[in-house]
Amino acid sequence: MKRPSLGSLLFGLIPFVAVCFSVNLWDRVYPMVFGIPFNFFWLISWLFLTPLCMWGAYRLETSRTTADREDGGGR
Amino acid sequence: MICGIVAVGAVVAFLARYHHKMDLEQWTVGGRGFGLVLVWLLMAGEIYTTYTFLGACGWAYSRGAPVLYILGYGPLMYVVSFFILPPIWEVGRKHKLQTQADFFQVRYDSPLLGAFVALVGVVCLVPYLQIQLTGLGLITEVASFGAIHRTPAIIIGFALVAAFVFVSGVRGVAWVSVIKDLLLLSAAVFVGIAIPRIYFGGIGGMFAALVRAKPNHLIMPGATTNLGHSWYLTTVLMVSLGFYMWPQYFAASFTARSGKVLRRNAVIMPLYGITVPLMLFVGLSAVLVLPGLSNGDLSLLLMVRKTFPPWFLGVIGGAGALTAMVTAAIQLLAGATLYAKNLVRPMLAPGMTDQQVANVAKVMVLVLTSGAVVLALYSSMSLVSLWLLGSAGVAQFFPGVVLGLFSRRVTTPGVFAGLVTGIVVALLFMLTGRDPYHGVNAGLIALGFNFGITGVVSLLTPMRIANFDEILPAAAGSRSGTSVSLT
Repeated sequence: MKRPSLGSLLFGLIPFVAVCFSVNLWDRVYPMVFGIPFNFFWLISWLFLTPLCMWGAYRLETSRTTADREDGGGR
Repeated sequence: MICGIVAVGAVVAFLARYHHKMDLEQWTVGGRGFGLVLVWLLMAGEIYTTYTFLGACGWAYSRGAPVLYILGYGPLMYVVSFFILPPIWEVGRKHKLQTQADFFQVRYDSPLLGAFVALVGVVCLVPYLQIQLTGLGLITEVASFGAIHRTPAIIIGFALVAAFVFVSGVRGVAWVSVIKDLLLLSAAVFVGIAIPRIYFGGIGGMFAALVRAKPNHLIMPGATTNLGHSWYLTTVLMVSLGFYMWPQYFAASFTARSGKVLRRNAVIMPLYGITVPLMLFVGLSAVLVLPGLSNGDLSLLLMVRKTFPPWFLGVIGGAGALTAMVTAAIQLLAGATLYAKNLVRPMLAPGMTDQQVANVAKVMVLVLTSGAVVLALYSSMSLVSLWLLGSAGVAQFFPGVVLGLFSRRVTTPGVFAGLVTGIVVALLFMLTGRDPYHGVNAGLIALGFNFGITGVVSLLTPMRIANFDEILPAAAGSRSGTSVSLT
């Protein structure tokens, strides 16, 4: 099985760092943003930022597949 | 109202059967022809369950900030799926796989391992089924203002689920989840915005009031003593890695038309999670509006009942009931197929035809349903706790799947030993009440042991590379007769 490229893995790592590993840094009430405590606001923003990261990963993976050869994941 | 919504759902399920001849493959994986939209709906329908709605609201009410873990693992599990589902789908297409246990059986060339995986999967599904039943009972009880008792409600609802699983299989389920998603999504958005607005003048006002009244509720460990940062970190990690190891979600990837559909799906799915914070807002409002509930899982329904006219409670109740039923149907389908195809056929009756397998599966639907009904009537765990229990179990499949996809060195005895170790460790911690262990999620500790043992035993046993090359799609050479055991 072809492994995912390093680039797309890095894209995938970004949400993990932001949402999971850095919990010490963002689990606080202040500063409130739009009246929402910071921890809630932070996690809600990553509902939108994660698709952005993964869209980057998607671009990398598809360009790699088409450049490589047409068997595998295409179609 | 509830009855009307449920009835529409049932009709759609039965209609979905038309135009499709129902053989085993059609019944379990929809003939492998679902495109982006249907896969998205199917996966969302399965993933946003009773537990997400009643359970998330309930934990926001009773535990506070630790509930953020639901918001955390939501996007991350899709990140994981981006990398593992397309290759799983690829193996599935090549070898006509229908279940998760099929994957283990083919990859590791071991019907015994397949049967073991099926057994563990079915056992882990029972608490998840129980969640749906409990949710259904809660909804009916609250929405009928106590007129319908929980016991008959559970039994009637599940008779209906079992019936529609029987008749229409996965395609019917997918279409019903279209209806319930539309209902649930609009209901969640409306309730999540309206309730804080009515009581506090808005979401900001709600948080301001909560910060004044209970500042500790909003940062971890919230209202608990042991669900702090390390618990959050390890639980989010365990759940997001293990999520697609649930047999029904794993198998749902086989319904896709291509691996690309799954990948695109993984990119956009986190957006659907926007309903989760809205549910949390309702739970947090309830902390101030309805203090002192003994069962937090009731907070959403009771808030709706207190705030809106009865017909609206009916809409929410109907959407909730459909959700519970769709989810339960998927779980029954997965559990029953696993049992019949990977446990009974290879272990007890190798000569069974596909038709006979399908019949055994249908009997198993009834057995599983009754088992979960009994548990739902006698157990009192919170919805989220039940779910975490099953999650820790299925997460133990992760090393076998991921190493199986991407590594040549992993061996059958290695995976077997790792899986058994992981399950034993998880059980030891959980049955002795040591989860979380010093603030660390026991499922993740078990997963660590599992990985370690899988690696060590794999290195100590000889690898069988010849077989490996034929199994995995990257080495797409000549493959003659490897899939015989499955077709």
